[in-house]
Amino acid sequence: MSEETIRNSRRDFLLKTITLAPAVAIGSTGLGALTAPTPAAAAPEPAGPQKARDYQPTWFTPEEYALVKAAVARLIPADDRGPGALEAGVPEYIDRQMNTPYATGANWYMQGPFHPDADKELGYQYPLIPRDIYRLGLADADTFAKAQHGKVFAELNHDQQDALLQAFEAGKAEFKQVPAKVFFSFLLQNTREGFFSDPIHGGNQGMVGWKLIGFPGARADFMDWVERGERYPFPPVSIRGERA
Amino acid sequence: MANQMKKVDAVIVGFGWAGSIMAKELTEAGLNVVALERGPHRDTYPDGAYPQVIDELTYNIRKKLFQDLSKSTVTIRHNSAQTAQPYRQLAAFLPGTGTGGAGLHWSGVHFRVDPIELRMRSHYEERYGKKFIPEGMTIQDFGVTYDELEPFFDKAEKVFGTSGSEWSVKGKVIGQGKGNPFAPDRSDKFPLPAQKRTFSAQLFAQAAQSIGLHPYDLPSANTSGPYTNTYGAQMGPCNFCGYCSGYACYMYSKASPNVNVLPSLRQEAKFELRENANVLRVNLTDDKKRATGVTYVDALGRQIEQPADLVILSAFQFHNVHLMLLSGIGKPYDPVTNEGTVGRNFAYQNISTIKAFFDKDVFTNNFIGAGGAGVGVDDFNADNFDHGKYGFVGGSPMWVNQAGVKPISGLPTPPGTPTWGSQWKASVADHYTHHVSMDAHGAHQSYRNNYLDLDPNYKDAFGQPLLRMTFDWQENDIKMSQFMHGQMHKIAEAMNPKLISGAPKMPGTHFDTTVYQTTHMNGGAIMGEDPKTSAINRYLQSWDVPNVFVPGASAFPQGLGYNPTGMVAALTYWSAKAIREQYLKNPGPLVQA
Repeated sequence: MSEETIRNSRRDFLLKTITLAPAVAIGSTGLGALTAPTPAAAAPEPAGPQKARDYQPTWFTPEEYALVKAAVARLIPADDRGPGALEAGVPEYIDRQMNTPYATGANWYMQGPFHPDADKELGYQYPLIPRDIYRLGLADADTFAKAQHGKVFAELNHDQQDALLQAFEAGKAEFKQVPAKVFFSFLLQNTREGFFSDPIHGGNQGMVGWKLIGFPGARADFMDWVERGERYPFPPVSIRGERA
Repeated sequence: MANQMKKVDAVIVGFGWAGSIMAKELTEAGLNVVALERGPHRDTYPDGAYPQVIDELTYNIRKKLFQDLSKSTVTIRHNSAQTAQPYRQLAAFLPGTGTGGAGLHWSGVHFRVDPIELRMRSHYEERYGKKFIPEGMTIQDFGVTYDELEPFFDKAEKVFGTSGSEWSVKGKVIGQGKGNPFAPDRSDKFPLPAQKRTFSAQLFAQAAQSIGLHPYDLPSANTSGPYTNTYGAQMGPCNFCGYCSGYACYMYSKASPNVNVLPSLRQEAKFELRENANVLRVNLTDDKKRATGVTYVDALGRQIEQPADLVILSAFQFHNVHLMLLSGIGKPYDPVTNEGTVGRNFAYQNISTIKAFFDKDVFTNNFIGAGGAGVGVDDFNADNFDHGKYGFVGGSPMWVNQAGVKPISGLPTPPGTPTWGSQWKASVADHYTHHVSMDAHGAHQSYRNNYLDLDPNYKDAFGQPLLRMTFDWQENDIKMSQFMHGQMHKIAEAMNPKLISGAPKMPGTHFDTTVYQTTHMNGGAIMGEDPKTSAINRYLQSWDVPNVFVPGASAFPQGLGYNPTGMVAALTYWSAKAIREQYLKNPGPLVQA
């Protein structure tokens, strides 16, 4: 999505907000009904592959960011079903998350002692916050890739990358600083978040994640659709009022 | 050195449903009341304001409205031979914090109770014999009957603005086809008619009916129309936006302490709510027979003493137990001798889920939803069927309760689907709006092996020992899970889907703290008729410290088949009436030990 489109969307949203505010105040309906959405049949389909907007990471190093980009592009690939995580801006999303309280485990209980080998059903027992998991895990992943193939992860072909990700997921890759499985689980979870969360968080650009599955985003008013077992025809809207 | 505040008539610890109801009742009785809430100020604005609230990442994934575990959590182990580990990240259960407590971010399923579950031990002994109850199962009677509680269920529903289809009112059946034929009689109708049935709920109802079961509309504290409650609070009609559980309702449609009780309390000069006030303990006289007030830490970290004549512990279930143990109220439970009362009969919910996947021409539109709406069957709940040949205790309602499925947390794929890559992507695209999820909600019984005490190793942010849960699934739970799963599978089959997934608990299945179950935790400070086996009497009054009352699900001797909130609200009104009409005239034990 271009910057111009975003600006226009914001302007549209501001205009809509003027009519929206009193309507919500009387509790009658939400944005969904007010904006009289265009049926999906008439909505323009994206012509050609979408590209994420330009973004310079603020937390990841260029080497780390290259790995993140390459990995998320395999976790949710662009294919005949539409754009993938890379095109949706998931790398930007993850980088931005590294500057939120989540990245420091702000609402986790992080007092020791830690027993990382306790029964898995007793939950996460590592002394690592998400920033540690990425910093250590990304370094481990590249070390592992180099040991296997002589190149860093981002320089490998898709088949090699997929095989490595499978090894990480299964815990079959030996990482030195953080278990490969733990690193992978954070990467996959954050990738899904970036693909399916509101674009306000930096990912899901063009709402491609929502369009893929038919999720209407911030419409949040389905009074007329509750009892109907038929296809919901309206495309998603975002918190900022963007429309796909 | 604690700063001392002016003495009040009553101090209330925790401002969720139980705390807000108690605050309302006690100020109505003319008492000066201070409520202390450990969490921040929260309300529909700004916490539930549209469109910012329509944000799965911020609310349910990053857990905006839930308990901050960095300040306090619990430790968990499966048996008393293990070292308990801290519950470091929220997952299996999601207690609230802040104004309204979990009552701000609950779903809104608002049941009463099945009468036999209030007489659980007596009923099973009478129908099946004493030997039917397995060794080590510690189920008890509540010490209060449905008929005694009925007026308070009715009162709570009129405060919550509950929508539903009644079966019978004053003995007259009026709910054929919509109400629950197994439900006990009511003194009045629901304040509002039932909410609409989602398409998925319609499929469930048809399937259940086709195999001879009795589908009914779930009672929901989400409004089916505009409503003004008994306190003058106004609610707007629910629009099925799907943002209930984990969110504050932007439509003022889901009952909460914030929407339904607090507006009228704010008008009361005798009432004060202090947020960011984390209570550390109840202060007792030297003989531990009387509470003198509570000590809390304020937002600046100062210790403040709040003297009071009456102390109400109305925090979340396990916080109530934690505070009693930290304060020395009652005798801690000892699982070895089976003596002591505080911490015993900790119980949960025994839930299992089935997903039915349909072809792409069946549109279930799972983003549509309301947290309390749906269709259930009670044919296997409580003791509505003969347990004799099955050899387990407990029942389970089953339902489709489509509450709004979100894309980060709720994309189901058939078993065997990879978790990433093009195949996963195609699968989530093909199934998100073409599946139905149904639950066997499952009562959970209490056992000698499942209990709460203080952890010897880990401390909270205030330097106090954490509460420790010793908890695992027992043989009876696994038997019940397998039976209920089998029954629900028949309903799923009758829906004629292309695929069914989901599995019951198996022998050896341990409690998994990493997967959401429910936040329906019960017991630990249970009510009852015998001070040897209960911490509080039938009016929720501490046997040991009679000016302390402890409303909440901590009072349940075992878990119910239904969701607990309706029972918590009714019990709180029941207790408040006893305080107003008996205790205040003659402060002392309401039941002689």
